[in-house]
Amino acid sequence: MTTAAPARGQAAPSSGRGRRPRLTPSARRERNAGLRFISPWIIGFLIFTAWPILYSAYLSLTDYDVLSDPSFVGLENYQRMVEDPKVRLALWNTLVYTVLQVPTYVIVALALAMLLNQAGRSAGFFRTAFFIPKMTPPVAVGVLLLLLFNGQYGLINRMLAVVGIDGPAWTTDPMWIKPGIALISLWSVGASVIILFAALRDVPTELYDAARVDGAGWWRRTRTVTLPMISGGIFFVTVVNTIAAFQMFDEAYSAYFGAGNSTYSNDAALFYVIYLFREGFQELHMGYASALAWLLFVVIMLVTAVQLVVSRRLVYYESEQR
Amino acid sequence: MRARPLAATATATLVLALAACAQGTQDDQDGATASAVDFGADPGDSMSVMGFGTGDEIAQVRYDRAVETLGDVDVKLAEGELDIQAFLSAVASGNPPDLVYANRDQIGTFASRGAILPLDDCVEAQSIDTDAFRDEALQQVTFDGRVYGVPEFNQVQITMANSDLLSEAGLDVSDVNGSDRAAIETATSELMRADGNKLSVIGYDSKLPEFLPLWAKAGGADLISEDGRTAQLDDPAVLEALEFAVGVYDKQGGFAAVKTFRDSADFFGAGNQFATNVLGAMPMEQWYINVLNEESPDAPVAFDAFRGSDGEALAYATGSAWGIPEGAENPQAACAFVKAMTETDAWMAAAEERAAARERDGLVFTGVLTGNEDADERIRSELVPADAPQPWADAITAMYEANDAAFATPANPADTEFETAWTDAVNRVLNGQQEPAEALAQAQEEAQSALDEAWERWDEEEG
Repeated sequence: MTTAAPARGQAAPSSGRGRRPRLTPSARRERNAGLRFISPWIIGFLIFTAWPILYSAYLSLTDYDVLSDPSFVGLENYQRMVEDPKVRLALWNTLVYTVLQVPTYVIVALALAMLLNQAGRSAGFFRTAFFIPKMTPPVAVGVLLLLLFNGQYGLINRMLAVVGIDGPAWTTDPMWIKPGIALISLWSVGASVIILFAALRDVPTELYDAARVDGAGWWRRTRTVTLPMISGGIFFVTVVNTIAAFQMFDEAYSAYFGAGNSTYSNDAALFYVIYLFREGFQELHMGYASALAWLLFVVIMLVTAVQLVVSRRLVYYESEQR
Repeated sequence: MRARPLAATATATLVLALAACAQGTQDDQDGATASAVDFGADPGDSMSVMGFGTGDEIAQVRYDRAVETLGDVDVKLAEGELDIQAFLSAVASGNPPDLVYANRDQIGTFASRGAILPLDDCVEAQSIDTDAFRDEALQQVTFDGRVYGVPEFNQVQITMANSDLLSEAGLDVSDVNGSDRAAIETATSELMRADGNKLSVIGYDSKLPEFLPLWAKAGGADLISEDGRTAQLDDPAVLEALEFAVGVYDKQGGFAAVKTFRDSADFFGAGNQFATNVLGAMPMEQWYINVLNEESPDAPVAFDAFRGSDGEALAYATGSAWGIPEGAENPQAACAFVKAMTETDAWMAAAEERAAARERDGLVFTGVLTGNEDADERIRSELVPADAPQPWADAITAMYEANDAAFATPANPADTEFETAWTDAVNRVLNGQQEPAEALAQAQEEAQSALDEAWERWDEEEG
């Protein structure tokens, strides 16, 4: 039995358990060069991301109004959060929206990606066409929501009227506000379509050929070949959109709380980040807003952790099988 | 081992950066503080202004005039609506603008948090004639007995109606001017039209939530006490006003139906609700007269003041004001600039320019409402045409009558929280989530709690 010598630049084998392998001089040079190259990013990350995160943790334990020095209040802000009915309302709204939006978004993205996969040479054109709406500023999408979903003259209700459906008051009826916002979020579905389309292109055609030989129809091929093979992409799109749904702000704020509705608002659209913004930037309760931000962070972490655990059973990564 | 120096350098950089970031508020500011400002000193080299834009001739003429008054001072404008967060962060970091242009109802909060300076010395040093300012405007910028802002524009509401729809229903504008609530309810039913379950004409729009203070005052109640310390949102007259104004929507299928239809209108264009005969009447701010005059001069509109049950004109004044931030580098120039912007001659010069422009465009000059009572009177007597065609002559009369009868909410240290409390309450009722009494009781609790907390902080700081 022979032991292969380490390749040039790799670590020499260590003799003791738990000891870090010593780097060769060339490996150290490479590592240092790498660190130097990425140091601008590291410094930027530490100053503009890591520090604000840590500082907000401190602020969440203070009473702070931007102008005065923060005064330490212990866990008072967290206690207030527990007693604040608007926190419960905002969390509930956000949760309902997430449950409505994420599956709808993923299913529509997947359907469009599968259609795109059948488009042949024109796929390039449609790929661009699907992505263009993503370029629309979210504030404009909020205004678009009010126009398209106007209960009386909006395009959506006019289309529903053609098939004999009397559409609801999407923008004013509390029951229909969240479904309306979930539907308008499909405006920017193009980005996820592109991701899933790329995943579909990577599915080996021989798997489909084998399935056809075995007599599998379209639905069977989709269920047993396509979906497992692109489950990594679907999982990625699901996680990213779940986080985005929990952070819903721009469209709902501009439609229901911004300049277009300076005084009218609707509790049904009071999403968690909107409430956080109002507390922090309008009423200057920065300490409380920081505590709210940390609660959202914990909620998103928990949901993402659950998704990761579930993904171990449901998601197939081809690279892990090699 | 070269990684260690690299890590040490990065750590040192980070520590320095964090130390800089941690300097949230500056104690050793070189700029103006409340106790050490000589507003009569010579203006320095430059001055910065936040929140003000020169978008029309009224702003541009006065701005040019004020800049000229300052001589060699380089005035820098950060145009656009005031971003409160940006402003307060600038003050906190010790790098504020020299002058800020804000809504009058923000002055109380800014003053209570020490973001702006009291201007009593500025008024004295520049001989600013505060007697010339409208009482309600001055009240809104006076916090705990001290003047913190200098009023600029004024906004009031008047009644606007579609004269054709009124005539068809055998009504006139006096039936919808607010003086008789039963008459408004009748007119709402007479004027509204529905196509199936969809509105095709709004009979009357009571303009909730924004005009609740107006409806409450018409019923004899103020939302907040005169000293700005006590919320009065659970006053029976406020409840009655809310129930009435919401009831007007209920007669037309509910607020959702009215808002849905209202949102589909071209509010600022030639296809506005009056021009297209889809709105009977509403109270509205006076600036909308010019929109109607410019976009649909032939629309069948009628105007009157908004009136209380005693038939007297009534309006809820809002508007803008100038403030000088704590820590401003050049408060003396800011003070001189404010005087030049708000004095009667400045308003007259600007109004002359506006009147000439309107004449060139074949439009009626309907006047300008300012926080300066003398300027308003001179503009009306010297520049507003006495023989303006109807219905614009009625609009002008109604506007000035409303301006003379306006009231305002007093400055208080929790004005944002207070407004949020009552507007959220009205919205909960409009959205069918709460009954008026329940919503106002909740709002009273929220508003009073915010007021108590803010006043307690202020009283502690003031000793």
